[in-house]
Amino acid sequence: MRMRDALREALREEMLRDERIFLLGEDIGLYGGSYAVTKGLLEEFGEERVRDTPIAESAIVGIGIGAAMGGMHPMVEIMTINFSFLALDQIVNNAAKLLHMSNGQINVPLVIRMASGGGSQLAATHSHSLEGLYAHFPGLKVVCPSTPADAKGLLKRAFRDENTVIFIEHTANYGLRGEVPDDPDFLVEFGVANVVREGTDVTIVGYSGSVHQAIRAAQLLEEQEEISAEVIDLRTLRPLDIDTVVASVKKTNRAVVVEDAWKFGGFGGELAAQIMERAFDWLDAPVARVACKDVPLPYNRNLEFYALPSEEDVVEAVLGMFKE
Amino acid sequence: MTTETRKDLMHELGAEQLGLFLYQMVLIRRFEEKCGELYTKGKIRGFLHLYTGQEACAVGSINCLEPRDKILTHYRDHGHALARGLDPNRVMAELFGKATGVAGGRGGSMHLYDVEKGFLGGYAIVAAHLPLAVGLGVAAQMRREDFVTLCIFGDGSVGEGEFHEALNMAVLWNTPTIFFCENNLYGMGVPFKASLSTEIPKLAAAYNMPAVTVDGMDVLAVYEATREAVAHARAGKGPYFIEAMTYRYRGHSMADPELYRLKEEIEEAKRRDCIDRLRRQMTDAGMLDDAGYAEIEARAEAVVNEAVEFAERSPQPALETLFDHLYKEPAIG
Repeated sequence: MRMRDALREALREEMLRDERIFLLGEDIGLYGGSYAVTKGLLEEFGEERVRDTPIAESAIVGIGIGAAMGGMHPMVEIMTINFSFLALDQIVNNAAKLLHMSNGQINVPLVIRMASGGGSQLAATHSHSLEGLYAHFPGLKVVCPSTPADAKGLLKRAFRDENTVIFIEHTANYGLRGEVPDDPDFLVEFGVANVVREGTDVTIVGYSGSVHQAIRAAQLLEEQEEISAEVIDLRTLRPLDIDTVVASVKKTNRAVVVEDAWKFGGFGGELAAQIMERAFDWLDAPVARVACKDVPLPYNRNLEFYALPSEEDVVEAVLGMFKE
Repeated sequence: MTTETRKDLMHELGAEQLGLFLYQMVLIRRFEEKCGELYTKGKIRGFLHLYTGQEACAVGSINCLEPRDKILTHYRDHGHALARGLDPNRVMAELFGKATGVAGGRGGSMHLYDVEKGFLGGYAIVAAHLPLAVGLGVAAQMRREDFVTLCIFGDGSVGEGEFHEALNMAVLWNTPTIFFCENNLYGMGVPFKASLSTEIPKLAAAYNMPAVTVDGMDVLAVYEATREAVAHARAGKGPYFIEAMTYRYRGHSMADPELYRLKEEIEEAKRRDCIDRLRRQMTDAGMLDDAGYAEIEARAEAVVNEAVEFAERSPQPALETLFDHLYKEPAIG
């Protein structure tokens, strides 16, 4: 099953389970969703539960928050994570903070799905990876699936949560195929990283699209360099399963963090710092970071791929750690 | 409103209800005056936006609501909280940042909440709560509940994109939302006329919703207009817009030196004072005498004094509670 179908199955099953759930966003109904995730749901659930909205990101998210305050459990789709900036105030100042500011009186059970990631020649306003930005805000949960099964289990889990969940899907992953459980109660717990591949010489940590680069890099390292790499998929940035990462680093003594996002001020820096705070004495080399070059992603294919991190960059970073 | 219909409305409401309006307005006035005093003494910190002069807006509109209805408002929210019947002790304690405050000391002046009373908060980002009010309307529709949402905001909101997005979507989705604009003529220090190239009700009318302008210094006019709006929204006819022309006697906040307006303008507004007006109307109608008014003032004063004492003796929030209410525990299953 493709990732987009797994996501749709999660939405459909959760809507059948819980009548508080309804969907709103641009082009999610008649059009079927820009990435075809919501295709067919309007026909099945009707206009009240699958709502096409005007192009008004801030109000869409604000209405989602208000509906959540009123006893519903909405899902808002933001076509591209870059557009979420138009709704940033609602997400940060209302969704993330209301529970705390109201001293526990108002919670905001809301799922905000966003598409992110480069590699499709969509240029700088439609391509960025900003997961780390949302992970910065206490009060939000941030989910970044990398496989169809995780996509389904994590999205279903998001609807069982009473907080606002930022659910970020990599555009390059929508067509990715994988086995997906059909159990309607299949959930993937938040804050539990997945050790995708076991290894002994280095730990490569990624999330979303970068997990696949990490896996390919690990295969190259094994085949060409006889280096055994452990690969960890974080799955959720907040809550963050740093324990699994630290345990792995204590075993391998080396860590590389990989992300599609910009390096400067990025989530990889947070990860690197936490690894150093908790496992400094186990490290045989400084934590290495592989990330997007600090530039708006260009339209030109060659320039775009040059800016984005590749599995070769990961291999290079690992080899750099083994040089004396 | 003509004199005749006003007399009818006064007769219909009766001395007891009108006495409550008058009491609430006096309570808000005394509460705010005391807050200003406490701010200069450093008992209340942060930003403090006082509501004096605008009391008729809160009292006239909120008294049209049923207990099941919801209110969202802006950062100048003490008056709305008191008109909705939030405990004055706990409101004052919130301004003191105490654990007994309506937000446990986490919200402060601009963020008062009491969910049990349908008071869903003061919002301190201009216009950010307008979409929330539409969302509450969506929830009411989908849950087949007949609560309406009164969304109170200032004239400064009309410059924000969310104002327009929210009005448009409220009409598209026919939500039971009452947009209540307190036009006090200034967005911080910028005159309203320098902020908007048209008139506010014209904007609402352009989005195809009924829109009226009322005298926001006249509690009966506000009450009458809001009652109509509530009936409209509750009947499933969609959103309704009210612009209440009002005036704030103090600066935007306690930090405001008020260099942008003349004392004469403030004095002129005070001649239209909402408390004096209702008092005079009730006296003329034989519903109130001087002793009756003195009793109202004494009662308000006693409540405010008790609120200050309560806030003073309340405990600070315990430091170990800092991380409370960051996330609500998920209900899995």
